Amino acid sequence: MESATVAVGHADEHHHGPPEAHDSSRIDRQTLGILLFIVSEIMLFGAFFAAYFFLRVVVDPPTWPPEPFELPVAIAGMNTAILVSSSFTMHYALEAIRKGNHAGLKLGLVVTWLLGATFLFIQINEYVNIGFSARDYGFGSIFYGLTGLHGAHVFVGLALLTFATIRAFRGHFGPAAKDHLGVEVPGIYWHFVDVMWIIVYVSVYIL
Amino acid sequence: MHNPLRSEADAFRWVVIIGAGAIAIIALTLLTRPVFGVILTAALLGFGAGVAYRSARGTLPRDLDISRGGDGRHRLLVIANETVVGGALIEEIRNRTRGRQSAILVVTPALTASRAAHWASDVDEAMELARQRLELSLIEIERQGLKARGEIGDSDPNVAIEDALGGFPADEIVISTHPPERSRWLEQGVVERAREQVDLPITHVVVDLSAESPASR
Repeated sequence: MESATVAVGHADEHHHGPPEAHDSSRIDRQTLGILLFIVSEIMLFGAFFAAYFFLRVVVDPPTWPPEPFELPVAIAGMNTAILVSSSFTMHYALEAIRKGNHAGLKLGLVVTWLLGATFLFIQINEYVNIGFSARDYGFGSIFYGLTGLHGAHVFVGLALLTFATIRAFRGHFGPAAKDHLGVEVPGIYWHFVDVMWIIVYVSVYIL
Repeated sequence: MHNPLRSEADAFRWVVIIGAGAIAIIALTLLTRPVFGVILTAALLGFGAGVAYRSARGTLPRDLDISRGGDGRHRLLVIANETVVGGALIEEIRNRTRGRQSAILVVTPALTASRAAHWASDVDEAMELARQRLELSLIEIERQGLKARGEIGDSDPNVAIEDALGGFPADEIVISTHPPERSRWLEQGVVERAREQVDLPITHVVVDLSAESPASR
């Protein structure tokens, strides 16, 4: 004879108050939130890139960067390597906590923070020594606009990493997915910041 | 389609892919001229768009870990949406569970009306429709002397199977679809992908609701 498990559909007949929020298996709310935020950020960067490519393609100066501007390609390249490395350490931190390795999580977060701070320090140093300002023609404006916008995102990312690192040292995170969302969400944001820098570096410094 | 940014690991994968592409562009530009870098950039963007388009047509197959129940009961996982109330499906469930202790889980994916609704997780209406169909199906299964548990699943049927197997160690799976000429699931290769992903017996049931309706008899 067949037996069965309990039928569902009326489990909340005696439930009072608003219905419980539905969690899609596709994505949790926190991750969806950061993804929607990133989509809005892509649009923001898109506006700056539109201005950049307008200046470059439509105005079309005879050389790029236009005379007398020069960009420190090698130093920025080294800085790019530093920032991309921080994505690897961020991923290491997440992999560590997924395996219950709290020491690895702390190490990964601290190294990621240090690499991000180094990137920001080198970028500020680049601004100090580059020899032109945001007021020097359209190129100066868009250069500082794009790289400065990205720098602001690195700063926000560092702030998020600071919170995550403090929480890691206080033992707030665990191996279960729901127990380390506080690292997962800043991690997604950090990777986005890295990808945007790769695009900024290739567009502004290389091509 | 598997969301390409579902987790930090997915985002990291994008860093690696875009980083590798950037290295190629930088190397080509520095070794030749910027115009070749621009051409390679355009080519890589086109390739990426093509891959994104292909992956948007369905979840890529991957192996799923299967656990077993171990309590002696035969566990049947049923995946069906509009056809969940079909007589052919109910009959198949009856045949599959005849003469043995069985546990049945019916999963009805909440199919969204548009891709935008899918990506925005705007699933309220789809869930309500799925819930109504599921309740009718559970009533019909009970009428046959069986009992089953029901769940609303992800709008991607293959993801719904993966989710269901996480909490229900099935012994076999029944996937119910419309006839081939009307089935979007068959067009998307849902049954084939399930067979590639899951190492379990999978039965495909075709339910022709129009032929089953009283007006056509």
